Amino acid sequence: MTLNRRDFFKVLSFGAAVATGTNTLFSNTAIRKKFRTKDAVGILYDATLCIGCKACEVACKKVNGLPSDHSDWETKHGLSNAWDSGSDLSTHTLNKIKLYQHGDASVKNRSENGFAFMKRACMHCVDPACVSACPVSGFTKDPVTGIVSWNESCCGCRYCEIACPYSIPRFEYNKAIPEVFKCEMCSHVVEKGGIPGCCESCPSGASIFGNVYEILKEAKRRIALKPGEQYAYPISTVHDTEIQVRSAEKYIHYIYGEKEAGGTQYLILSAIPFEKLGLPKLPETSAAATTETIQHTIYKGLIAPIALLTGLVFAAHRSAGIETPNEIQINDE
Amino acid sequence: MMSEHRPIGGKILTKPFLVLALIAFIAFILVVKRFLLGIGSVTNLNDGYPWGLWIVYDVLVGTAFGCGGYAMALLVYIFNKGKYHPLIRPAIMTSVFGYTLAGASIILDVGRYWNLYNMFWPKYANINSVMVEVAICVASYVMILWIEFSPSFFENWRKGGTPKYINKFMFVFIAIGVLLPTLHQSSLGTLMIIAGNRLFPLWQTNWLPLLFLISALTMGFGMIIFESLFSSVILNRPLEMSMLKKLSAIVSKLLLIFLIFRFGDLIWRNEISTIFNPGFKQFMFFLENALIILPMIVLFIRKQSENPRSLFLTAASILIAGTLYRFNTYLVGFDPGYGWQYFPSIPEIVVTLGIISVELMAYLVFVKKLPVLPTVRQIENN
Repeated sequence: MTLNRRDFFKVLSFGAAVATGTNTLFSNTAIRKKFRTKDAVGILYDATLCIGCKACEVACKKVNGLPSDHSDWETKHGLSNAWDSGSDLSTHTLNKIKLYQHGDASVKNRSENGFAFMKRACMHCVDPACVSACPVSGFTKDPVTGIVSWNESCCGCRYCEIACPYSIPRFEYNKAIPEVFKCEMCSHVVEKGGIPGCCESCPSGASIFGNVYEILKEAKRRIALKPGEQYAYPISTVHDTEIQVRSAEKYIHYIYGEKEAGGTQYLILSAIPFEKLGLPKLPETSAAATTETIQHTIYKGLIAPIALLTGLVFAAHRSAGIETPNEIQINDE
Repeated sequence: MMSEHRPIGGKILTKPFLVLALIAFIAFILVVKRFLLGIGSVTNLNDGYPWGLWIVYDVLVGTAFGCGGYAMALLVYIFNKGKYHPLIRPAIMTSVFGYTLAGASIILDVGRYWNLYNMFWPKYANINSVMVEVAICVASYVMILWIEFSPSFFENWRKGGTPKYINKFMFVFIAIGVLLPTLHQSSLGTLMIIAGNRLFPLWQTNWLPLLFLISALTMGFGMIIFESLFSSVILNRPLEMSMLKKLSAIVSKLLLIFLIFRFGDLIWRNEISTIFNPGFKQFMFFLENALIILPMIVLFIRKQSENPRSLFLTAASILIAGTLYRFNTYLVGFDPGYGWQYFPSIPEIVVTLGIISVELMAYLVFVKKLPVLPTVRQIENN
């Protein structure tokens, strides 16, 4: 005997029941969308202004009490804390200035034969994948400031690292009691009315701190500037009285982070295509929203699982009832 | 009342058993090292590839291999095919090992294992996280499997066999035992949706849950066929061919359904042309699907599906294909960018081999000491 037609349809309908949950996504369920809260804070990083001095990196370590990073060679030769020479984000380094260069690298803010800097740090997503993915609320997004930060309830599963579209979280792989690190926008300083270390220390106004809607407005003003136009750049915060008047570079007419993966609170401006600076091209929908929509459709009110279980209990009861060992139907139908 | 299953008896400490014990011992030392010095001291895992061999093989593939009990329960109890009954107990036993060790191996891979209970703690459990669903379902399924398997212990050690109250409510456990794998095997696919475009388009799709579920079922049936033929040869028992033939007919249809969704999705998303660009990922995609298409064709040929040799090879092919599908979705197709790379370290591989060894050792002990395998009379009657 092979599976007869009726059984085959049973199998199909079982599959279809499960498929219905997923299918809903494509028909009538809109993928949910989150928005920046009114008092959310953010950082505007203007790569055209960054001079690559790394004062922000030093300040970040100082404010967050982090040790310096060393290359393998330096570690082998006993160097420690003389200087900081890590080349990427790490459990000790929460922001990092990266260099872009091309050809003879003669002119700043130019793709061809030019160079530029880019600051890598947590983007503080509006709809963060890490927060959605974390099974134990180890990452939370502050309901007021929107700052995403880590806490001790973390179970170290590193699903956040799978989920983060920017590859930001860093896990202590070489510790028996590991923790996860990433930029938390100096929340301990911000909550006392201060500003993050990187913005405080930046001498050129490349990193400015402020209400996320205000920095978004500031970003829009800047990309509307004509190349060479004089503009008063605030230095540390969006309303800083300390300003620097200089001519605008040729901005790319795009604010990175305005819409990426549902939007971020860390916004980036540049004169060089963002992809060349190592920023991923992302859809406007957060992958967290897609996942949660699928998951909550299937598990809505636990109705589908309970219905399925009820059917299974009945079926199992019917079969198991006739299934005492001596009565087993061994012959073919 | 005598069960139709019997322990097969025989010496426990055979040569293969001791070799397995040695591998398990070395793995144990490495596990101790991991707990003292951190995950990085044993594995090549990094911030770009936070999940490697341990998660993908031990957990994903391990539980999929352990879907034999699920597949058989679905067939025997839900679709009321009593005639497959002699195979259900060995199938559940494989599931018990697969799932118990998968659950245990999570503790190795999770950095802050002492906080794992937070997944079940209302204050911390994040219901938006697919992983919470997986954790709750896998943990409860391990318990259900032990209950489903408990008659083997009772028949052996308790006078009067399985207590009445367990038998009476067994159908409830069986029903839950079908529900839970349906939920978590699909969720194991949903887990990767959040990786967004870091997962290559040949694998990233909103249909991952359904594909993972069907794939798990094919692997469950594949495992029953593989294990039955393998144990017949190794333990010198008659082949259970007539039943396996019928199972293989079901598998071939499941493989077809899988392929329809797999390729239908690629066409629907307009990604089918991606297959034809040369590259390593495309090669792995090709391999993964060839190992599904080939056994499907073989099983559709009646003469081949009656041949134990081809049946064994097709079962192996299905298991390898399901394994590849999981490796491809979680590792090969996953690219975190920024130059990150990953290949498992030797100690990492040894730990996985150690877990497999423990599983095989437990299998040998259980079939020799407990009434798990169907009696020879019953096979021949069929």
